[in-house]
Amino acid sequence: MTLDVASVKKDFPILERDLAGHRLVFLDSAASSQKPRAVLDAMDHYYETTHANVHRGVYTIAEEATQAYEAARARVARFIGAPSARGVVFTKNATEAINLVAHSYGRACLPPGKAVLLSEMEHHANLVPWLMLREERGVELRFLAVDDDGRLVLDDLDRQLDGVGLVSVTAMSNVLGTLNPIARIADAAHAAGAVVLVDAAQSVPHAVTDVAELGCDLMAFSAHKMCGPTGIGVLWGREELLESMPAFLGGGEMIRDVRLDGWTPNEIPWKFEAGTPPIAEAVGLGAAVDYLSGLGMEAVREHEVALTTHALSMLADRHGDDLRIFGPPDPHDRGGVLSFTYRDVHPHDLSQVLDSAGVCIRAGHHCARPLMRRLGVPATSRASFYVYNDEADVEALSDGLFAAADLFSI
Amino acid sequence: MAGLEDLYREIILDHYRSPRNRGDLPTPPAYRVEGFNPLCGDEVVLYVDIDDAGRVADIKVDGQGCSISQSSASMMTAAVKGRTEAETRDLIRAFKAMMSIHERGLDGNGDGHGDSGPVAPDPAVDMGELEALRGVVKFPVRIKCATLSWNTLAEAFDQAGLDRPAE
Repeated sequence: MTLDVASVKKDFPILERDLAGHRLVFLDSAASSQKPRAVLDAMDHYYETTHANVHRGVYTIAEEATQAYEAARARVARFIGAPSARGVVFTKNATEAINLVAHSYGRACLPPGKAVLLSEMEHHANLVPWLMLREERGVELRFLAVDDDGRLVLDDLDRQLDGVGLVSVTAMSNVLGTLNPIARIADAAHAAGAVVLVDAAQSVPHAVTDVAELGCDLMAFSAHKMCGPTGIGVLWGREELLESMPAFLGGGEMIRDVRLDGWTPNEIPWKFEAGTPPIAEAVGLGAAVDYLSGLGMEAVREHEVALTTHALSMLADRHGDDLRIFGPPDPHDRGGVLSFTYRDVHPHDLSQVLDSAGVCIRAGHHCARPLMRRLGVPATSRASFYVYNDEADVEALSDGLFAAADLFSI
Repeated sequence: MAGLEDLYREIILDHYRSPRNRGDLPTPPAYRVEGFNPLCGDEVVLYVDIDDAGRVADIKVDGQGCSISQSSASMMTAAVKGRTEAETRDLIRAFKAMMSIHERGLDGNGDGHGDSGPVAPDPAVDMGELEALRGVVKFPVRIKCATLSWNTLAEAFDQAGLDRPAE
């Protein structure tokens, strides 16, 4: 099954937009993807026909809303190969999911004296919650290094794991596109007695995900990078582990009983879902999962490898040494994310010139300042691909580079 | 939608390609102040030599960043050299007013009251070449790039003020 991109493009209403005579060329899906009609319709339909608070009312639409919310959970579980929906916790986004683990597991379950192992290529979302834990509890943090090709240095993994209680690494770098060998890291971590959390915000939207194959204990991702709405994310966890972790936020839904002298928590996953949850967003996420499953995640990955292969060779061909692309050179080792510098043109200026032709790329540090320092650059430009991108979009990017060179050549 | 030519005026590109007063000064006597824009990684390092009369005797710029932050810094150095602290602060205020049309955060000025209208140029302050940067306000994300060096210069004067013996 291969992806029919021309037909996929028609599924995304925003791509019909005209920007001062230019079509919208959206190359920033690593920041947030666009939404297909099916997701927008599902959310509208929910609000127009079904909305009520979940797990509370006994009337028909409250029952239906609860069913829709829980059905979305079951769809997500199937999508990531989770054995049951009980391990799927809805959060605000991947960032909140990681914060949940840092607060709950990090403060209550991490054995005293045990370290947390991260990497130099992490997004701030998988750094700051742990820096906060270190400030508060003095927990030792260690970092896997990144080599010049943008790969994790794992030669010394066993020694670095000695004394580690939790490993938290990204499955795919949002800057370099590097796909990390999570199964290998998880095996070694488990042998060392550590629990493994994976930041899968960049990987779940782009390839088949199977938590059993990854071998992780916990996994975080966001709906809005996978054709779903903003405002909802997922923490998946092994059920026994989630059960052992204390609640994170307190309020309605997450309790079984509240007395004036105390409270008892609800079962998982509701134990971690305080307050009225993002119900319409869950419905939207469920529709996004259906949409992506309809395309086929193998086909999605195949398309992105092909487009990345094309982009790497075409851009190198046309721009030669003017263009420096970071990350692994082999397209099979990376996702569809190209971070680059172009001549002396600052990423902000490059992005501005591209914007004038309707081309959206990201410019800046990509919420990964430690990695920027490792790469020795203050900022990069980043183009990222998804199901609706094709070779014409890469062409538009290339044309924009030439236009920027004309304007800013020194 | 504002066009690129509103932003990248020729004079701005000229200052970007051939920045004025680039380099550093011995500290002391010069003050060294760093400014940083965490959004884009732009960095400006100013060396400001303030003489006994409170004038900007010399000023140099180091650091790196986009065409807007670098050209704004370059044009600023050319504009303030030889000016007194009071004149310089007037110019900083006038420049920030020119940029402030979209510079509203969550501080309660975005509700149609206060300074939410277009800012008229201060007739008392001659903006000269700096007028070329006025187009930046049409690109709200870039306003912080344009104001970075100006905020940094204000800090240099604040430092100099702290060092001055009380009279």
